[in-house]
Amino acid sequence: MTAAQLELTGITKQYPGVLANDHIDLAIASGEVHALLGENGAGKSTLVKIIYGVVRADEGEILWNGEPVRITSPSQARSLGIGMVFQHFNLFETLTVAENISLGIDEDHDLKQLTSEIEEISTKYGLPINPHQHVHALSVGERQRVEIIRCLVQDPKVLIMDEPTSVLTPQEVEKLFETLRRLSSEGCSILYISHKLDEIQALCDRATVLRHGKVTATCSPKQETPKSLAEMMIGSELPVCKRIAQKRDSEVRLVVRDLSIPSPDPHGTDLRNINVTVHRGEVLGIAGVAGNGQKEFMAALNGELMDSVTGRIELNGAELSKVGPAERRTKGLAFVPEERLGRGAVPDMSLANNALLTGYLNGMLNNGFIDFDRVRAYATEIRERFDVRSAGIDAEARSLSGGNLQKFIMGREIMMDPQLLVLGHPTWGVDVGAATTIHQEIVDLAAKGTSVVVASEDLDELFEICDSIVVIAEGRLSPVKRTSETNVEEVGLWMSGQFEADEGEVGHAA
Amino acid sequence: MLLRLEPRQFTSKRMQYASPLIAAVLTLIAGVILFSALGTDPVVALHTFFVRPLTSLYGVGEWALKATPLLLCAIGLSVGFRGNVWNIGAEGQLTMGAVCGSGVALAFWGDEGPWLLPLMLFVGVLGGMAWGAIPSMLKNRFNANEILTSLMLSYVAIQILGYLVHGPWRDPEGFNFPQTRIFGDDGILPVLLEGTRLHLGAVLAVICTIIVWIFMSRTFQGFKVSVAGQAPAAAAYAGYSRKKVILLSFLVSGGLAGLAGIVEIAGTINQLQPIISPGYGFAAIIVAFLGRLHPLGIFFASLLMSLMYLGGEQLQIHLNLPLAVTGVFQGLLLFFVLGSDVLVRYRIRLISQPKEA
Repeated sequence: MTAAQLELTGITKQYPGVLANDHIDLAIASGEVHALLGENGAGKSTLVKIIYGVVRADEGEILWNGEPVRITSPSQARSLGIGMVFQHFNLFETLTVAENISLGIDEDHDLKQLTSEIEEISTKYGLPINPHQHVHALSVGERQRVEIIRCLVQDPKVLIMDEPTSVLTPQEVEKLFETLRRLSSEGCSILYISHKLDEIQALCDRATVLRHGKVTATCSPKQETPKSLAEMMIGSELPVCKRIAQKRDSEVRLVVRDLSIPSPDPHGTDLRNINVTVHRGEVLGIAGVAGNGQKEFMAALNGELMDSVTGRIELNGAELSKVGPAERRTKGLAFVPEERLGRGAVPDMSLANNALLTGYLNGMLNNGFIDFDRVRAYATEIRERFDVRSAGIDAEARSLSGGNLQKFIMGREIMMDPQLLVLGHPTWGVDVGAATTIHQEIVDLAAKGTSVVVASEDLDELFEICDSIVVIAEGRLSPVKRTSETNVEEVGLWMSGQFEADEGEVGHAA
Repeated sequence: MLLRLEPRQFTSKRMQYASPLIAAVLTLIAGVILFSALGTDPVVALHTFFVRPLTSLYGVGEWALKATPLLLCAIGLSVGFRGNVWNIGAEGQLTMGAVCGSGVALAFWGDEGPWLLPLMLFVGVLGGMAWGAIPSMLKNRFNANEILTSLMLSYVAIQILGYLVHGPWRDPEGFNFPQTRIFGDDGILPVLLEGTRLHLGAVLAVICTIIVWIFMSRTFQGFKVSVAGQAPAAAAYAGYSRKKVILLSFLVSGGLAGLAGIVEIAGTINQLQPIISPGYGFAAIIVAFLGRLHPLGIFFASLLMSLMYLGGEQLQIHLNLPLAVTGVFQGLLLFFVLGSDVLVRYRIRLISQPKEA
């Protein structure tokens, strides 16, 4: 191994109540692709924020080419030669690609010269982009390219990529990997943060595994199995979700006909002519890259988006498109939104009050007065049945971890005994253990006859729990396929919008 | 060494109770500095401000009397504020409540009975509600900012009052003074305590406070208001109508401000005049926040604010200090209360700066 480009020793960061990083050692060699692996909350983000100068460590030392350095700001990190592509993009929608990149450069520079530089990098590394295009017109994959080029124009020695593939189609992921391999062959080190094991095996030379803020293992991922990597990450054996093969049920539960909605957000996605049918006990997965209309579709199913909606939504034959969320609930619809804090739950309210939020139909009201005994009993039951770890039912929703809060919200909705359960990214930001529990709940619920519609960006998840899969791209829905009759490649291709809308076939699951 | 604010993991219950005390102590200290700078003995001044008004039964009566409209307005406003609905126009709703209720008294002048007073109160409440309904409908229909519309309508209401007392409703036997007839006995709220001006309105205010307390803490509709205020997206997700919360908040706060207006007229002034309130509707905003939007807190805050009005008068009478001192004092108190509130969510930590490498 050559001398480390970047080396961390004993990095420690204490947040109120959490030791985010506990004496972490990490060394990245020049030209190495190094994975930082860990569950959500393991301390990955804190560590890279320390490297990039966003957060300062309480203890520990950073060595750059063997020399100790103090990184106090992102601009200092950049001048050293550290670039970072964040999970959430920092781009101005109304500016062009070149202008956006120009804003990220600290030194004086000429925009024209920069433009030609962008074009040069774009061809050299296989990152096609037009520097004169406005960012709002770009797809998510293209925006990521802008972020990467923004780092590359500064000629970095270390490039940090924070969960870069969550917004990409499988094909785009492959392209990104080519770019990253090319960079590494030229001597640029890459710190690659992810919890997706197959990607890490495909791309990375070495991996540092974090758990609860500590380094638990350093390994060569190519010599490990996904199972052994997962066990290093979660510290125990990986639980498996058991699924019983379902008979097809012909009873139609949900019918969406010609649903079109102009998005209320100027940069949002309009839904166009959505047609889909879901049967009793069927789990339908909606695959797609974020921002292709999943959010709007979920909101439309729940009745939060009702203005200027055209088309029909029927549940058990009852027309729902003209009534709001409260009435849809009485008809058997339940919904777990993607945003847990602030939408699925009120952050500053207790779990008991959050049980009341949508659970009120389960006999918690008495002439408009709240029956607090019933509310507390309901919350207690959710907590026990769904293994929600919290300091009792009076704990504020904000004090729960993502996985526990998700289990609570799922539990609240499942205990409504719904006809149709709609789920937005149910395991996003949830640790592996809780994710398996959640998957098992979904599968069990469907076995009892509830229909489930689940949107997710994680294809593995959808293939694991769904009976059928449909892709949403640019506000349109692909044909529905039985999970057993399709594969990741086909779905991936559809995610980029390449499917023929054959009107006769579209949207029929059975 | 540096002072740094660090977010607490949980809101501190202890600080929730301690912060008003910290604020009170800081206000007293600032008061001492203020009065010393004005060349007055601070002990005498503070005694005159806080204690002297309450040394007689009459004074205690005045204390509760002035707290009444503040309590009614603030308790109503607190419902909206909890629901993230910003009614700044309680002064206008109070004025319209007074105008409408007085209209009844004047219409039946000389032809009255024991039914008159309940009718006046009822119409006063309706008047305040109607005036409050305007900004809520503008908000719901055109998304007009309720802060601006409710505030501007306050000035409209005051102009309407001015027009009526200078014009059509002027007392024909009143030597051209801009005021209405004095109401007959059936249009005046009974006095509670002999030797004071304290009237039945104070009891009404306490009853309303209890009702609002029950509404906010025990009913589902009150719960919906709180959810709408704390997490609008969660309210939309659960299907609670935002428009309903806005309308309800304005009807409750407008109605209670209207009641405050007619109670002030029927209990204290007994006729309409060009100026019927020293800004109770605006001071009530401070009272609502001083009381942390909690009914019990608001109850005490209205008493404190009322004492400040009385204390300010005492300073003018006995120490020849200007009226502005009262305003400065109120401002200081609010400043310190909001400042101390930071401690509920944050803690102060002394940190030593890491050594330069």
